Amino acid sequence: MTAPSLAPALVHRRPAFSFGRWLERGGVFSWLMVLPPIAFLAALVGYPFFYGIWLSLQNRPVAKAGVFVGLDNYIAAWHDPVFWQVVVNTFLYTAIATLLKMVGGLGLALVMNQDFRFKNLTRALLLLPFIVPTVLSTIAWQWILDPAFSVINWTLVASGLASSPGPSWLGNPYLAMASLIVVNTWRGLPFYAITLLAGLQTISPELYEAATIDGASTWQRFRYVTLPLLMPVIFIVTMFSVIFTFADFQLIYVLTHGGPANATHVFATYAFDIAMGGGQLGQGAAIALTMVPPLALIILAMAIYMRAPKT
Amino acid sequence: MTVDRSSRLLKLWVPLGVSLFFALFPFYWMAVTSLKSNQELYSRKVMPLIVHQPTLKHYVDLITETNFLEWTWNTFLVAITSTAISLLFGAMLAYPLARIRFAGAALVSFAIAATYLVPQPLLFVPLADIINKLGLGDTLTSVILTYPTLLVPFCAWLLMGYFRTVPAELEDAARIDGAGRLQTLIKIVLPLCGPGFISAGIFAFTLAQNEFLYALIFLTKTEVRTVPVGAVAELVRGDVFYWGQLMAAALLGSIPVAIIYSFFVEHYVAGLTAGSVKG
Repeated sequence: MTAPSLAPALVHRRPAFSFGRWLERGGVFSWLMVLPPIAFLAALVGYPFFYGIWLSLQNRPVAKAGVFVGLDNYIAAWHDPVFWQVVVNTFLYTAIATLLKMVGGLGLALVMNQDFRFKNLTRALLLLPFIVPTVLSTIAWQWILDPAFSVINWTLVASGLASSPGPSWLGNPYLAMASLIVVNTWRGLPFYAITLLAGLQTISPELYEAATIDGASTWQRFRYVTLPLLMPVIFIVTMFSVIFTFADFQLIYVLTHGGPANATHVFATYAFDIAMGGGQLGQGAAIALTMVPPLALIILAMAIYMRAPKT
Repeated sequence: MTVDRSSRLLKLWVPLGVSLFFALFPFYWMAVTSLKSNQELYSRKVMPLIVHQPTLKHYVDLITETNFLEWTWNTFLVAITSTAISLLFGAMLAYPLARIRFAGAALVSFAIAATYLVPQPLLFVPLADIINKLGLGDTLTSVILTYPTLLVPFCAWLLMGYFRTVPAELEDAARIDGAGRLQTLIKIVLPLCGPGFISAGIFAFTLAQNEFLYALIFLTKTEVRTVPVGAVAELVRGDVFYWGQLMAAALLGSIPVAIIYSFFVEHYVAGLTAGSVKG
């Protein structure tokens, strides 16, 4: 019979509300901490993203009011032959460059995983292409591939492998694409190599010893020990590489500007030309947004693969 | 012995040598080109691989005739400020996520991951319009505000890993002694996470130095430009490329990053590999 009379007493004994103690509660403290950065990201990433979708539904010349046109910009892109060339270019550029970086990076990581002198210095030097501002190193490549004074052509001509003036690296559509892929590989390969090297170093040497005792050849050790254990790292690195190669801008803008005759335009440079060069913000936003479905598919495919149970 | 040596040559030194040559030749070429006179530069008769008569003319011209020093200062200012903002915001996101169970944590992690994966070209059109409407065109504020959007997710991700390495007992002890959560973070946790802040900071700094697209769109006046934009926009006049000056600018623009990087290589590599290897 005492229980009902005790209950109110307990409530009364609870300490008065204290602001300081409220702040110490885990949930309150956490949200107070994360709220400013989240608000910042919402304002400068979330809002622009949705505003971009809204822009893409308008006919919106620069410095003028927009007119809502529904999906007209997307339909215009669909009927634009250059847009389809851009799609092909972007996929080609991403696929080949990623493959080269992956294979080359893995190879270099395996080479670097041996013991040798000046290993740290070598690693530091090999990472330089990745560190240096891309635009600046791309300018150097532009000079290396210059139509009149290319050092590659000078070497080819001097050694008798080509007749003067030699190939026009950035003037021929196929060579221009090949050049872009090589420069992109030059810049991105060290990232693969160093990250995969870090992954290799986490593999226990005992596994290799065990495999050797079981009679595994060098290739078998690579195929059945190294590769499976390295897979998670390879996938994360590849995902980043694919996203940023797919959306590459600066390298192409500097080296070829999408030329010759749109042969190397990708989504980012084409959207830039239409929005900034042509002043058509709505059309430009629409072209940029067409990157979302393929990117989302790539990320989704990789996420599913990563989650799949590994044997 | 000889078999061993030649196999080591084939498996180590040859691929390493080829890789180093491929990686470093463009930098050698920058240096060589920047030291040649125009006469030597644009002659097909002279062997181009070495400098025959070195001159510093391009460097002098670059510094006296263009705003290169101003661009360098702008680049530094922007990179330092946006790195500082990113470290602060990154830490504010990372600490609760690493240490406290709170409602909505999954949502916050998802928002960070999503932001991480949004490439710049997706946002530049709407951002250009927003920056214009805010009247921030041609101000360094425009890039100082937008660069952290590229850097915060990475900083948060990296710092989370470092916060987790601080033993929970240390924090518990501090809180039992009456320290508040914020006090515990500042006095106990942060001092132990110095290396994390250096890694994230170096990585953010190099990314900020590297940024081009936003700077190209937002900064159209020479006095607010950064080095990459200034070089591309002002050292190519019409169709004329000033190759000597361009290479001098490329080299001078790369050196500060390379020097800072060389002091902190280990931290940089730790930052680079943290996301993919730890996960």
